[in-house]
Formats: sequence, structure tokens, C-alpha cells
Amino acid sequence: MGQLTAAKQKRKSVSYSKWGYFFIAPFFIIYSVFQFIPLISTFYNSFFENYRNGLMQVGPKFVGFQNYIAIFSNSDIPTYTMNTVIIWVMGFIPQILVALLLAVWFTSFRLKLKGQMFFKTVIYMPNLIMASAFSMLFFTLFSDAGPVNIILTQMGLIDSPIRFLTMTWTTRSLIAVMNFLMWFGNTTILLMAGIMGIDPNLFEAAQIDGAKPMQMFLKVTLPLLLPILVYVVITAMIGGVQMFDVPQILTNGNGNPNRTSMTLIMYLNKHLASKNYGMAGAVSVLVFFVTAVLSIVVYEMLMRRYRGEKKSKKMGVRL
Amino acid sequence: MTKKEDTLGGKALLSLNKIICYIFLVLLSVLCLFSFYILLINASRAHADIIKGFSFLPGKAFLTNMKGLLSDDNIPMVRALGNSLFISSLTALFTTYFSAMTAFGLHIYNFKLKKFAFSFIMLVMMVPTQVSALGFLQLISRMDMMDSFTPLILPSIAAPVVFFFMFQYMESVLPHEIVEAARVDGSNEFNTFNMIVLPMIKPALAVQAIFSFVSSWNNYFIPNLVINSKNKKTIPIIIAQLRSADYMKFDLGKVYMMICVAIIPLLIVYLFLSKFIIRGVTLGSVKG
Repeated sequence: MGQLTAAKQKRKSVSYSKWGYFFIAPFFIIYSVFQFIPLISTFYNSFFENYRNGLMQVGPKFVGFQNYIAIFSNSDIPTYTMNTVIIWVMGFIPQILVALLLAVWFTSFRLKLKGQMFFKTVIYMPNLIMASAFSMLFFTLFSDAGPVNIILTQMGLIDSPIRFLTMTWTTRSLIAVMNFLMWFGNTTILLMAGIMGIDPNLFEAAQIDGAKPMQMFLKVTLPLLLPILVYVVITAMIGGVQMFDVPQILTNGNGNPNRTSMTLIMYLNKHLASKNYGMAGAVSVLVFFVTAVLSIVVYEMLMRRYRGEKKSKKMGVRL
Repeated sequence: MTKKEDTLGGKALLSLNKIICYIFLVLLSVLCLFSFYILLINASRAHADIIKGFSFLPGKAFLTNMKGLLSDDNIPMVRALGNSLFISSLTALFTTYFSAMTAFGLHIYNFKLKKFAFSFIMLVMMVPTQVSALGFLQLISRMDMMDSFTPLILPSIAAPVVFFFMFQYMESVLPHEIVEAARVDGSNEFNTFNMIVLPMIKPALAVQAIFSFVSSWNNYFIPNLVINSKNKKTIPIIIAQLRSADYMKFDLGKVYMMICVAIIPLLIVYLFLSKFIIRGVTLGSVKG
């Protein structure tokens, strides 16, 4: 990891190495207490029957895999997993396409678009908005007597208000639109950085060879952007698994209509809030494994540069 | 530019392309800004006007709505603002300071568990806090920390993503020689970190302080499960409550004003720092 030569490092490390432990100690103590031990105890809890029925406490009693069997057999988990996936895909496809398009435009030497800073500022803005407040805003805007219905009626486009939150696909679309708005700016900026990191000589060479803009995009930009695209997709998936604030507030935690917009974490939250710890544990473990598989990919990508030590210098940070 | 494009037809095509780009960009910007525009308009209108119909021009009730919201005893808005500000500020401070400290430890020193420590942090970087929420809640109730701010602030000391950002930044700006020079001058390692290293990484500290402040400010999942008492609630909890209350009975001017208070202060800060923030987004992510 270090950049010094091995011999020099060895001499220095003798007297100062203990300081390394001093500096990383707070992180590891806090992480162990507030993340790692809770994670283990979450796993442990998932094997116990442990819930509250009114004022009566049931369990904890060891039941093996009973909780896992329960969440899979009553179709809750399959349904909520599907909901999460569908809503995520509905938001992510436009997100990645628009981001890719904008990233290419913003970095294009041919177009030389003006006012880039303004557009970037505007499209990144929704990312910093409090998701719960944004969702509450959409709820008021799209409610039966809300501004959107009023505007549509005043324009004469509809006779009676559209009841957005009573229909499966309009509710899902609203969540997807919010996710799209909150994340496409962020993705655009990441992809832009990726495109700007590509050796400009390659574009020049392609241009001299007479490549058209579309060919240039497909044959030069896209293949070289692939690592960052994979990173963006995987991290977006990890974010998608955690989808909570927006659907929770929009549907008041019910996943209306008829649980079609209930996500995995909303389900977890429900069990946690009602102290149904056995089931909550099983759901947590499931979510953990999904994110763990995705995390391994990110880990491999980020660690690659620390394994090939020589190259790391070249890819410095720009600020 | 190639010769072909310098011809008249090529130029016309290019400017047509440009026009399409601008139209698309303007449409996207409108899409982004539209909901906030309605928010501001309706926050400035009285309840009766909002019900009657929509107007693209602001009303005159902005201050009335604000006063109504702040004096409403059922909505502890001022208290929630204070709580959110307090928690987010301390979180930002803890996250940046201790992440820099961890990064410094792993960047400068060589010790037996260094490789393991680094790989461990990288491996847990993407694990969401939700999956250990159950154990976390049980733990803090056993530690008697339920319904307090401590469990919302203290865990921010261990922030793997911020650590990774700081680590990368130090790799590019902090040579080992600086620390060695400080040693020669008789500086204690901890003082070197506080007096010499922290000032050197100020830009990274600022970017991460902003991002951690924002994510703590917006955080809803854990605070909602930890906080119970009315005067300890944060802004997102108050907003969620608004949703679960009987919404139709509310003064709509006040409702919009509440959302406004949750969103707008942060937006104003963002507009001042946007250049800095947008540059910060790309740092700390994968590089091709």
C-alpha cells in the first residue's frame, strides 16, 4: 500500500508502528460495538421466535429456520422483493440512459455546450433533498385535490381527478420518478468523470479514421467506460435494495394499493417497529446476503488498484 | 474538427444538434425544478386559495404560514430544526475527523494488521446499516440509550465510505516525508496529525463534512426507530408524522411551509457551494 521503498519502510516501522493502531482504534472500536456485534446478534435473533402480541411477549424461543420458512411460505418476501425490483428497474433504466446521454453531451468537444455548470447544479440538486420531504411533497402534489390534478383539470385535459395513489402503476411510477430525479444527476457526474478520464488521443485517432459520433460512442467511449458503468449499476442496485424513505412516506408505510409498492426495507421496518424481532432478523439476514453478493463486486473493483501497486500513483485524486 | 464538418451543411447539422441538446436539457431542468416551484408558490398562499385552484404566481401569505407553523404547539418545528442541526453538525464533525484519523493511520504506518484492517473496511463499505438495525436497537436499549441522541451521533465515527475518500486523498497529497520531517522537528505523532496533516487535507474535510451533514440531516430510518419523545424528534420524523396524520384536516399553507422548511435551507446552502459539492461527487468513487 505504501509508496516508500521496502527497506526504508522497515526501518521506520520499527519505532512507529504502534501509532498505526492508535489512529485506527476509534474506528474499529465504534464499528465493532455499533455495527459488527449488532450484525451478529441480528443473525442470532433470526433463529428465535420472538414477538409481541398486544402486551404479551412471546419467546424468545429457539425455532431454527422457522422464521425463514415463514417469510417465504406466506409469499410476503417474494412479493416485496418483486415490488422492490420492479420499482427499481422503472427508475434505473431512464436514469442510466439519460445520464449516459448527458455525460456524452457535456464532455463532447464538438458540441461545446454552454451553461454546463447551471445544468449540472440543477440536475444534481434533487440528490440532496430530504427524501422524506420530497416524498411528502409528491404526495401533496399528486393527491386527489392537489395541484397536479387542479392544473390538469384547469387545462381541460381531465374531467375528474386522477387518483394516483389508489392505482398500482401510478403509485409505482411516482416512486420511480422520484428515484430517477434524485439519482440521474449524480450518475451523470460520475459518468462524466469516467469519460474525461479516457485518453483524449483515442478520440482523436478515431476521428482521424473518420468515425461518426455514434461509432465513436459505441466503439471507444462505451468499452472504456465499462468499469465505471458496472460500478454505477452495482452501487445503484445496493441502493435499490435499501429503498425505503420514498415509498414509506408516499404510501404511509402501507405499500398501498394492496401492498404492491411495499419494499423489503419497509417490511423490515414494520417488524422492527412492532418488535417482531424473529421475523425482522430473518428479513435482515436475507437483505444482508443480497447486498453482500453485490458488495463483493464493488470490493473487487476498488481493490484492483491496491493489488497492482505500481499503477496506483497515476490514478490520483483531483480536487 | 475534421474538414468535412467545416462545410456549410456540417455546420448547420451541428447547430441543429446543439438546439436539440439545449431543448432536452431545459426540459430536464424544468422537470427537476417544477415540484420545488409549486412548493414555494403554495407555501406563500393561504389555505383557502390553495383549495380554490392553482396559480403560477406567489400569494401573500408566506409570513402568515410561517408564523402559523412556528406557533403551532402540535408541531415542534423549531425544536426539530434545532435537534436536526445539532445531530447533523456533530455527525459531520465526528465522521470527518475520525475518518481522517483512520485514513492517516493506514496511509502512514506499517503494522502487522494493516492489510487486514484495510481489506476489512473495504469489505464492509457497502453493507447497509439497515441489516444490523435489529441488533443495534436491542443493543442501545440494553445500554439505556433509547430515545437519546447518542446512538444517532456516536456510530458516525466509523464511516467506511468517508474513510476511503480520505485515504485516496491522502495518497495524492500527503507524502510520507512530511510526517518524517515533523518527527525530526520533535513533533509527537498525534500533534503531527492535528497540526500539520488536517490543514493539508482541508478541501477533503470540507467536502465530506458537507456530505455527511446532508445525509444525517435527511436520515429517517434509524432516528425514527430510536426517538420517541416529542421534543427529541428530528425533521424527517416530523414530516413522516404529517403524512400519517389526517392530512385533509390540516391547513395546507402550513403543510407546504413545513416541507419548505425541511428542504429550502439546505437548497440555499447548496446553491452557494454547488461548484464545490459537484466536484466532490466524483472523488472517492472508482476510477477507470
